[in-house]
Amino acid sequence: MNNKIENTLFQCRAINKEFGNVKANDDISINVSKSQIHALLGENGAGKSTLVKIIYGLLQPDSGSMTFSNKDFTPKSPKDARALGVGMVFQHFSLFEPLTAFENILLGLDKELGENELRDSVITLSESYGLEVNLSSFIGDLSAGERQRVEIIRALIQKPKLLIMDEPTSVLTPFECESLFKTLKKLASEGTSILYISHKLKEIADLCDTASVLRKGAVVGEYDPKKMTARELGEIMVGQSLFEPKPPVATNKGDRVLSVKINEVKPDTQFGVTLKNIDLEVYQSEILGIGGVAGNGQEELMQILTGEKKAQRVSIKYMNNNVEMLNPRERREIGLAFAPEERLGHAAVGNLNLLENSLITDPKKRFQKKMGFINFSELNEFTNQIIEKFNVKTTSASALASSLSGGNLQKFVVGREIAQKPSLFIVNQPTWGVDALSAANIRQAIVEIANTGAAIILISQDLDEILEISNKVAFLTNGNLSTPTNTADIKTDEIGAIMGGISA
Amino acid sequence: MFKLIPRENVSPVLSLLGPLFSVGFTMLIGGVLFYFLGVDPFAAIKMIFWDPLMSETFSTYSIPQIFIKGAPLILIALGLSVGFKANVWNIGAEGQYIMGAIFGASFALSLYPLESIFIFPTMVLMGILGGSLWSMIPALLKVKLNVNEILVSLMLVYVAEQILALASLGFLRNPDGAGFPGSRNLSQYSSASNSELIVGTGIHLGVLLSLLMVVFFYVLLFRHSLGFKIKLLGNSPKASGFSGDNPNKLIFLCLTLSGSLAGLAGIMEVAGPAGQINIDFNVGYGFTAIIVAFLGRLNPIGIFFAGIVMALTYVGGELTQFMLNLPAAAIQVFQGMLLFFLLSFDLFVHYKIKLKGNK
Repeated sequence: MNNKIENTLFQCRAINKEFGNVKANDDISINVSKSQIHALLGENGAGKSTLVKIIYGLLQPDSGSMTFSNKDFTPKSPKDARALGVGMVFQHFSLFEPLTAFENILLGLDKELGENELRDSVITLSESYGLEVNLSSFIGDLSAGERQRVEIIRALIQKPKLLIMDEPTSVLTPFECESLFKTLKKLASEGTSILYISHKLKEIADLCDTASVLRKGAVVGEYDPKKMTARELGEIMVGQSLFEPKPPVATNKGDRVLSVKINEVKPDTQFGVTLKNIDLEVYQSEILGIGGVAGNGQEELMQILTGEKKAQRVSIKYMNNNVEMLNPRERREIGLAFAPEERLGHAAVGNLNLLENSLITDPKKRFQKKMGFINFSELNEFTNQIIEKFNVKTTSASALASSLSGGNLQKFVVGREIAQKPSLFIVNQPTWGVDALSAANIRQAIVEIANTGAAIILISQDLDEILEISNKVAFLTNGNLSTPTNTADIKTDEIGAIMGGISA
Repeated sequence: MFKLIPRENVSPVLSLLGPLFSVGFTMLIGGVLFYFLGVDPFAAIKMIFWDPLMSETFSTYSIPQIFIKGAPLILIALGLSVGFKANVWNIGAEGQYIMGAIFGASFALSLYPLESIFIFPTMVLMGILGGSLWSMIPALLKVKLNVNEILVSLMLVYVAEQILALASLGFLRNPDGAGFPGSRNLSQYSSASNSELIVGTGIHLGVLLSLLMVVFFYVLLFRHSLGFKIKLLGNSPKASGFSGDNPNKLIFLCLTLSGSLAGLAGIMEVAGPAGQINIDFNVGYGFTAIIVAFLGRLNPIGIFFAGIVMALTYVGGELTQFMLNLPAAAIQVFQGMLLFFLLSFDLFVHYKIKLKGNK
């Protein structure tokens, strides 16, 4: 017991924080020991971010106490927190793109430090922890992984005793994740404690010694992630049992539904990605997963597939008819359906109610009477069916889309498209930012329509999702698509090599 | 100091109170203005808002006048509101109104003195055509070259005014008019006259059309898929493209539709209350209609009432001019204040203010 107290670096007791009438943190107590990698696990909105913002001095708790190195700890600002030995790496980088990596590190310092002295210590740091960064590169030219390394160096240069990492792997390739984990393990072995926020269960099992699970603002318990399966942890996190959807089982190979050949498509803006040498096919009852790190051409590919962007040197054959010149509505009319990544402002509109959002995709013209007048009774019925069937939590069908949570709106969008009974469903990031239970439901719904004969293209940055339900997998890297392979034949370490190909 | 925080839900009561409060504030601050102009503010406000409707001396003349003045405002505002909903900003309805009048009048006067029942309907169609052609200039520039429609439509107002002067002094000048500027009087050309529907009131076809158009636009916006497409475009061009609509087509449609209505208002006016093309034919209906569209919350029913209120300020304003010697410009300031306060109150409708103490 005595030993435990001595070993404790950080502890918080009965932390409470309310926003309006939402309890973001409800009586939270946790202990972080020295040299420990401590996971903070929970779904979106479970209160993880609020808690670490309190620890980093960005928010003040309504009540509760904290100690750090056995002393009272009440940081009023991040500067206070840093001075006492807390560092943080944010999920969304706070770097200046027009400046170099070194200038960014220099700017992040609280104390004045000579430029040469700093350069030396940065180089030492990056060498000893495998944080390779070209210091004179501009941030704008660096990959996500490199930017994160700059952030980590910036935090480590202050020699923190506790390093908070907020969902660090959400932007990384598997290869970059591995090198990050090595760095973190080395840091921990040398005495730094790490508070690691994530909802990815597998990496927590790999990396962390202890996991505190948060649900609805409260701590559910502390667990040893190495002694539990990812599923058990997931069920604790969600608070109910989860089922794992399986890929569709095609009894015999169906007909080819879609084949796409893209020679080269230049982006509309200078920040876009050029699509090159893309060649893919999908068959009935098949899910083709397209993986890859964000910004490698997913958005561009999706626009070509929906028909929002038309380009030369593209051939799209749908059931042996060329469809590349059709607009999204015309494509829907012959049996395609789409769910783009961006829910608000693309797939759905926040200022419109759910009824109106149902009108956005109406290939069968079921909401139209003669002369284009809207059939409101049909519209009401359809919308309420989606709400019921896909368990969309909303006050009514006439609630604004913006009043729905991200997960519920995503269920609505996917439900709206699935309800069209498409022969081909193309979906980008179907479960991004969606809670685990809703995500499982959405995946299940996708698998179900595949089982009834639909072909699916699933674009996702969530590798686990792709491996879970796809029959075939291909990866986008810098606008190139790898050759689709059977999911069963692919090995995880190969994936890293394919994804990392050019960008890592 | 203080901070503006967006409201999560905009209450319908508040959003209705906005226009009412802005009318109230306009009365208050307008009254102060009138006081400094040396006019009894209470008498002036009463004369603008009360006397045209209630005074025995004025109301028999004023009430029909409200509808006559309101008709072009409502027609133009209805057209503009559709564009505004789609985030398409036609500021040049004044020019389209002038061009509608010139087109229609030129057609009719070119046939003078021929009499035929086909002249009037064709003239009205030519008026609509004139307005829509004038609005197609910004529409084409916007769609083809992505030129800002606000600037182009506005600048074309001044071009239209020059053409109006040219017509009044040149190609449309009345040959029997003893050299005075201005065209023949259309009300004296029975085949082209937009004559009274109710004798002695001045109520003409345009008034009737403005009421019909309120219904038409209500159905278009709330019952028809085209209205939905327009709303979708205004809210999110990306979602509109995803739905499969062609934003350019919708933008073009919105601009030409508003131009057509402005043209219709123009031809109704020139063949009716105005009677002739003249240098001072336009009195700013095209600009005032912008205020009407917003005062009416871009809703056809709202625009009807807003048009009536605005017409009241015209009719009442005229009364104050000859009864109290208030300058005409003071009434324009008064009308401008209405939009100013409406926009100011809208800030409070959509945002709440949070005071940040020193602590």
